[in-house]
Amino acid sequence: MADHIVSAFTDELDRLSADILRMGGIVEQMIADAASAVLHNDVQLAGDVIERDHQVDQIEGDVERQIVSLIARRQPMAHDLRSVFAALKVSGELERVGDLSKNMSKRALGLEAAVFPAMRSGVARMAQPVARQLHLVLDAYASGNAAAAKAVWESDDEIDQHYNALFREMLTYMIEDPRSISDGAHMLFMAKNLERIGDHCTNIAEFVYFQVTGEHLVQQDRPKY
Amino acid sequence: MDGSAAGNEVVVTPEPAGTLALGDAPRMDCRNVNVFYSGKQAIFDVSLPIPDRSVTALIGPSGCGKSTFLRCLNRMNDTIEGCRVEGEIIMDGKDINSPVIDPVLLRSRVGMVFQKPNPFPKTIYENIAYGPRIHGLAQGREDLDEIVEKCLKRAGLWEEVKDRLTVPGTSLSGGQQQRLCIARAIAVRPEVILMDEPCSALDPIATARIEELIDDLRKRYCIVIVTHSMQQAARVSQRAAFFHLGKLVEMGDTDQIFTSPRDRRTEDYITGRFG
Amino acid sequence: MSEQALSSFGTDRARKRLRRRRAADRRFKWYGRAAIGFALAALALLLASIFSQALSAATYHVVSFRIDAGRVVAAENTSGALKEVYDQVRADLFEAFPDASGTPAGRQEVSALVTRLAALPIAERLRASPARRGMEQVSLPLSDDVDLYLKGAAARQVTINFGPVAAEPTEDGQGVRLSGAGAFARLIAAASLEHANVTDVSFLVTGGRSTVRLTRLSADEAEGSLIAGTASEFGNRALCARIILAPQSERTVSDRQIAWALALKADGRVRRVPHWSLLTHTDSTQPELAGALAAIVGSFLTLLVTASLAIPVGILASIYLEEFAPKNRLTSLIEVNINNLAAVPSIVFGLLGAAVFLGVMGLPRSAPIVGGLVLALLILPVVIIASRAALKAVPDSIRQGALAVGASRMQTVFHHVLPLAAPGMLTGAILGMARALGETAPLLLIGMVAFVADVPRGPGDEASALPVLIYSWATQAERAWEPMTGAVILILLAFLIAMNVAVVYLRHKFERRW
Repeated sequence: MADHIVSAFTDELDRLSADILRMGGIVEQMIADAASAVLHNDVQLAGDVIERDHQVDQIEGDVERQIVSLIARRQPMAHDLRSVFAALKVSGELERVGDLSKNMSKRALGLEAAVFPAMRSGVARMAQPVARQLHLVLDAYASGNAAAAKAVWESDDEIDQHYNALFREMLTYMIEDPRSISDGAHMLFMAKNLERIGDHCTNIAEFVYFQVTGEHLVQQDRPKY
Repeated sequence: MDGSAAGNEVVVTPEPAGTLALGDAPRMDCRNVNVFYSGKQAIFDVSLPIPDRSVTALIGPSGCGKSTFLRCLNRMNDTIEGCRVEGEIIMDGKDINSPVIDPVLLRSRVGMVFQKPNPFPKTIYENIAYGPRIHGLAQGREDLDEIVEKCLKRAGLWEEVKDRLTVPGTSLSGGQQQRLCIARAIAVRPEVILMDEPCSALDPIATARIEELIDDLRKRYCIVIVTHSMQQAARVSQRAAFFHLGKLVEMGDTDQIFTSPRDRRTEDYITGRFG
Repeated sequence: MSEQALSSFGTDRARKRLRRRRAADRRFKWYGRAAIGFALAALALLLASIFSQALSAATYHVVSFRIDAGRVVAAENTSGALKEVYDQVRADLFEAFPDASGTPAGRQEVSALVTRLAALPIAERLRASPARRGMEQVSLPLSDDVDLYLKGAAARQVTINFGPVAAEPTEDGQGVRLSGAGAFARLIAAASLEHANVTDVSFLVTGGRSTVRLTRLSADEAEGSLIAGTASEFGNRALCARIILAPQSERTVSDRQIAWALALKADGRVRRVPHWSLLTHTDSTQPELAGALAAIVGSFLTLLVTASLAIPVGILASIYLEEFAPKNRLTSLIEVNINNLAAVPSIVFGLLGAAVFLGVMGLPRSAPIVGGLVLALLILPVVIIASRAALKAVPDSIRQGALAVGASRMQTVFHHVLPLAAPGMLTGAILGMARALGETAPLLLIGMVAFVADVPRGPGDEASALPVLIYSWATQAERAWEPMTGAVILILLAFLIAMNVAVVYLRHKFERRW
């Protein structure tokens, strides 16, 4: 798309999406690191993830300020308006994703060291497609690719199925060994967090799709809880 | 302020789709309109239905033909030497360009407000009474007084000028002059009011007053407004049509035009990507 | 380069440039002031010369006579009454100066003090009220030459007051000898200063009603011939000597006439009065009797015809051209030709008037109707151009506003455009009329230069006009016409100024700004 006649307007929009992508990068890494901390019982890494959530919150506040100023001064229209709106929503979603990752890390710190490795690896395994979803949707955001965003939106099923499978697996472990119930409950919450992150990715995909096309993805009978 | 209130109204409580739908019979229906100035074509094949009781905004860069098109609607182009209009503009089932339609009569049904406030250099009262007088709309002095009062009230000017109806209209402020011109236009009981950049010479407060007035008037009249201000078009109109190089590029509901225009040229224009 | 200039206000080059620029500003202002000064000086010079020329025509000298009104009223007709009045006036003068009345030449010289025609207004006035009887005091203007002499404009002269001296009649009884020790030294000194002596120019010494022309002059004694009065009057009183520096042969007023005029003045019969007859009399061959009334009325009638033709035609034409006519080849051709017509020399219009109105249509010569028609043609383009400019000055937004409320083209023009353009149109019309008032050349060609002695009573009568009167008076030979011409120029200027003041007033009162 051609640049604005007022080039500062283009610069401000560019900076906004760069901040979103930076935030997305951090959050993506947080998911992976949180999963790794769970898998390896890495206290150091878990603390690190918790630490990084502050950074995400700061970027989100900054993005909000930028957006308020941009609306007040530039009165964006059409695609610009949708970009700003999407940026606002996406930053909110990413902040939530950051929070969920932080929550996972906190729970990882509370796990018994002797928790079943199989349970740990189950959560870590689920984190992979979730992180990939986030990665894909951020790519779609960066490149303004509505089709890619729609693909992410449609593939949320996969994560839901993953979650259901993990849920049943955890229940099995906890029935077999009641000592694992405390850790298992934590694990269930982690799995739920990952599933929520998947939902947030879906939301981001909707905003990206709206930003690019101006149309809303209609809620079809997508599997939902 | 008034303006932001009016702006909010458009966004927060969008018009029921029914009043804007193209399915309703439009107040004026322009079909394949072409305009030539001394052989040079200024408007290319424009077809635009104009719905009743709503505001239609014509937007587009300078020289795109939106004012020319507006002037077709009350045949003000007749007064320009060498101007020729082709195509049909249907109002009440008749083509207004047909020779059986008297342009003077048409102009009493399709009023116009101009870019620069142009009250007659007469008293405020005379400014408004002139139209009804030449069209024989008033039976007597009391009747005329009533019309003047009603029009000034409708134009939101009554409270400001009721004690000085005999001062010259030109002594009012710019915004008041423009509202006087609107009152003058509605005094001849038009059905359609054309506005050619009515706020371009006014400050933001006066502009907000006019916008508030336009929002009020659309309950009774069909309004077509040409404006250079995207924000104004977004604030006051329910329908918008984008003109470029004499062609109608895109028309649609204002919400749609300003959030997700379909044509790339519209997008570029309203987001400030070309002049 | 430019950065340096911007960053430093104080460099030498910047200061120098500033000085040059300011000097250029000042120079330009002074050029402008000089131009205005030049124009004002030229105007002041013009007005001053006309005023000084006209000043002496503001008053003139009249002599009072006692007339037996009954005899005048009894005359059969006006010319009889005129003869009766003039005869009585002459008889009065012969009685006053008996020594000159013996010879026909002397009687003629005395009669020339008052023109025969000067008696006409008196005769007419007396006949107009036949009830009058008995003696009436009447005033008749002195002839222009004597009048000019008394105003000091006929010839250069030196006046010296002296005396008293001893006086005795000469042996032949025709002269006077004046004597007194050194009494004439000042007179001789003044004469030598002017290189004048008694054989070449007239040395007149006046005492009371009597005047002597010196033939011999020394410091202690002077002798000369008596030309008015008696020798006895010179003794023991203040005397006045006049050295008239033009010889008698080069003057239109003789020494004896001067002496008589001085005698009448000494009697208190000559008065200097305002020259109202300039406004109330018609043209005459005699300057002291001539007036501009016929020309003023003629100009008025001519302008009446001009105005009633040029203003409506011009205004209607301009309204049509500006508001209704399509803009095409034909109308632009017409426009160009109207502009050209405004630049056609006025004498061409005169030729056209003479050929068409006099030749083809057979209208009367010298009549205001023809003059008015010609001048109407002359100013028509001016009126049209001015009216069109006034219409153009009305902003288009007014027309659009009127059209947009459903006014027709005609209603728009007559309800909205015309009221706004009217002051400008009126201004153009009045300026056109002012031009018509000052035009001479076309009127000469249609015969309005003819000598008109009667006040015209209608546009068909023979008439003159003010500028034509100026032209014909300015070409007269007699000296007395000169101030008269100046006076008529002032009358014309007064009318023009009045019209221009009207323009300014109208503009101020009705003009609207946007």
